[in-house]
Order: sequence, then C-alpha cells, then structure tokens
Amino acid sequence: MSADAMTNNSDRRVVITGMGVVAPNGCGLESYTRALRGGVSGIRHHPILEELKFGCTVGGIPEGVDEISEAYFRSDELLAMNSSHRFGCIAAVDAWTDAGFERPDPDDDEVYWEAGAVLGTGIGGLDTAGEKLVPFVDAGRARRLGSTIVEQVMGSGVSARVAGLLSLGNQVTANSSACSTGTEAIIEGYQRIQAGLAERMLCGGTEGSSRYTWAGFDGMRVLCRTHNDEPEKASRPMSAAAGGFVPGSGAGVLHLESLESAQGRGARIYAEILGGAINCGGHRGGGSMTAPNPESVQRCIREAVDRAAIDSNEIDAISGHLTATGADPKEMSSWAKGLERSPENFPVITSTKSMIGHALGAAGALESVACVLMLRDRFVHPSINCEDVHPEIEAYGASIPHVVREMPELNTMIKAGFGFGDVNACAIFRRWAD
Amino acid sequence: MTRDEIFAKVVEIVKPFVKNEDALAAVTDDTNILEDLKVNSARLVDIILNFEDEFDIEVEDEDADAVNTVGDAVALILEKLS
Repeated sequence: MSADAMTNNSDRRVVITGMGVVAPNGCGLESYTRALRGGVSGIRHHPILEELKFGCTVGGIPEGVDEISEAYFRSDELLAMNSSHRFGCIAAVDAWTDAGFERPDPDDDEVYWEAGAVLGTGIGGLDTAGEKLVPFVDAGRARRLGSTIVEQVMGSGVSARVAGLLSLGNQVTANSSACSTGTEAIIEGYQRIQAGLAERMLCGGTEGSSRYTWAGFDGMRVLCRTHNDEPEKASRPMSAAAGGFVPGSGAGVLHLESLESAQGRGARIYAEILGGAINCGGHRGGGSMTAPNPESVQRCIREAVDRAAIDSNEIDAISGHLTATGADPKEMSSWAKGLERSPENFPVITSTKSMIGHALGAAGALESVACVLMLRDRFVHPSINCEDVHPEIEAYGASIPHVVREMPELNTMIKAGFGFGDVNACAIFRRWAD
Repeated sequence: MTRDEIFAKVVEIVKPFVKNEDALAAVTDDTNILEDLKVNSARLVDIILNFEDEFDIEVEDEDADAVNTVGDAVALILEKLS
C-alpha cells in the first residue's frame, strides 16, 4: 500500500466483510443463525462441575471443536493450542475466508502489511495454567514444562497465533477489559481503520472453557445456582427468576475493512460500523470493581450515538449486555435514559446470553456477530427464559421478543458490553444497502 | 531394544512436530530435524522431553544441544540405554 493511502482521514468508513463464530449453540455462521432464530440454548450440565462441588454446574461450551481444529490446524500447532486458542483461531480463520481471502501458504513469505488483529480475552489460558503449569511447578518439575506454556498463557497468545496463520503484518494485539473485551476490540479495530492506520482488522474475543476460569465467579456467588437440573432454562436475563449468570465460552471474530478496500475488491459487505464509544465509570456514583456507574453507561451509549451521527430514534434494536444478574433492571433504565426512549417507543431488546451464557471476554464479539447476522437476515432473535419478565422491567415487556421477531425494516442495531472494573463499550451497526 | 526399533520410535515422537511431511516420508539417519523436517526450533525441548519419557532416560542440556539429525538422536538414546 502507498503511504498516501495510509494517511490520517477521520472520514474513512468502516464495514464488516467477514465473520467467524464458535458458540455453545453453534459453530459457523449458518449453524449459529439457525440456533439464534430458533431460540436454541447451548447450555448443558457438566458433571465435572458437580464432582468439584461448584454451586453452578451448568455452562456453555462449543461442541465439535476438536474435529474442526484437526481439520484446520497442523499437529504441531495443536500441541500449543488450548481451548481459547482453538475457539479464537477457528473464528479468525473463518472470518478471513468468509471475507473472501484464501488461507496463506505457510511457505509463502508474503505478509499482509495492511491487515492486523485485535483479539482479546477476559481471563485467558487458565486451563493451561490449572492443568499443567501450576501442578508441574509445585511438583518441582518446572524443567519438564516444555516449550508451549508461555504462548498459551500470555495475554496475546491467540492474536499471536492468528498472525502466523494468516500472515498479518499490521498491529496484532490483544485487549482485555473483562466482559466488555469483545465489543471493545471491535471499536479499537474500527478506530484504527478509520484513522488510516490499517485497511483490514480481525477483531473480537475468545474465552476458553475452563473450570478454573469459572471457579472464581462461582466463589463470588454471581453464577446461577437455581437451575442445575434444567440447563437450558438456567440463563435467564430479564427474568423475575434470574439468579446469576451462566458461564459460557467460545469466540467471535469480525473482519473489519475500510469501505474503499472492500469496494475496491468487490467484497460482500454485511454492515457498516457507524460509531462506537469506550469509557469507564471511575468506580464512582454507584460504580465499583463489579458494578457499573450508571452515568458512565449512559454517557457511553450517548457518545456512540453522537459518533454515529444518527438520531437515537433510528435505532431499531438493542443487543444488551443483560447477564441475568441484579444489574439487568439498572441496564434497562440506562438504555432508556441513554437513548432517550420511553417504554412506549422503546426499541426491541434481546440478550444473546439467554442462549449461550456469558462468554466473558468473548461475549461482546459473539453478540456482535449475532447483531450482524440479525441485520443481514432482518430478524431479532428471541431472548429466551424471560416469559416471567422481571417486575422492574415489565414496562418494557412489549419490546422483548420471546420468539423470533421478523423485522423487514431492521436497519440499525446498538450493542453494549459492560465489564468488571466499571468499563463500558458500545457500538452501532447498520445493515449495508448497496 | 534394537537400533531399528529406537529409530522407529524416534520418528514417531518427532512426527507431530514436523512441517515437511515429504521429508518425513523419506527419513534417514542423516535427516536434519530442524532444516529438513522444518520443526520449529523451540519445539526441540518438547521432543527431548518425549525421548526422556519414552525411553526412561535423562538427557542433559549439553547432550540435547548436540542433536541435529535423526541419527544423532538415535545414537544418543542408544548411549543412554547402554
């Protein structure tokens, strides 16, 4: 690319031209779309959690991943890929090929200097730490750990692996902002392309399936303990019977691209990123390590709308953070205030977590992929398990779809993610009209 | 254990780390593990650990550093077993 093409230009538009997804209720875009439409839960009971006396013994783990991994990756690569690596790398490779690019030959020395990645994780490779690193070190066997530990526990392990798989030459990094990580990654990549520093960015998040990752949350008593016998009903955002979130895992990756690049190569465009915002509530005004400052949430939503240069009335549907904790009613109130919408004219609102659980650092990415698929096919997926709408949310009841809602006019969706540390990220997507 | 048996086990242990399958199919004593089989140099540590487990031997770092070819590995293992 010429230096001219990389100059700073804040008017550059950014579009989504490829996606990949590894979710508890479906791997691959079409399987995921079918599950979302059908309100299919990917939450299962996991006997190991019961054996280990967890309070919550259900969770969301993508199925069939080992088979896909063996088809996608070489044996020497697989030896150094724990679950978060497998999920993230499958989703990244799928996003790349979905965007119309071939997987590069490992022997070809061409590097894509204009393409990079922001692939984050909330917790990271705790399965590797728990199953190998800690037991080996404590048994005096550090010398026998081998060469594959560091790359599986380092924060940037997944983005680093993806760089090698796809020969990326632009910025390759991993962000980490707890449960807002996935949404934040998309905004980071969007800003980099908008600023003229890259043409294409693979953005999203991945989170492994590990009892070591989930244990800390179980210990905090923030996981659902009331539906261990009915796993598919356990994740209940916006429900009166919501009693904590269900842990999930997986990965979502979006291939972001400058509009010039996409149009220049005749790429299929799913949607445009109209705007986004990232902020923190400073652990003030009700905010803390574990709770959001409502003012910061509302500011984040307003700033995203302002940056998108749209009227908040143009927003057709909301993909909430909505985890099924006591924070759901507060989140509804913040959406209403941030978007200046009353219950009477409130957009449709849904929670993907109702089907896949809370995939922590991958959540925002998995849910953004869902947004783009909903925009593509013009529907809003059901938010399952909240027929008994929470009393403080009842006024918004008409905006919550319990079965799939076909919306032939669906054009604009807003997605937010909130995380421990009082951090927020919010992005606005618009269906692409040729 | 015969030399041929050790050779076969060494090839089996190296196999998952190999990027050049053609070179592995034509493997001899002179096949260089890094240059011919295209094994990532960081992974030699893992291969040596697997030798230790498979043959119940201990390989010092200096001995490990001297392993370049498949034949070198076989010779080292034979020496440790004797």
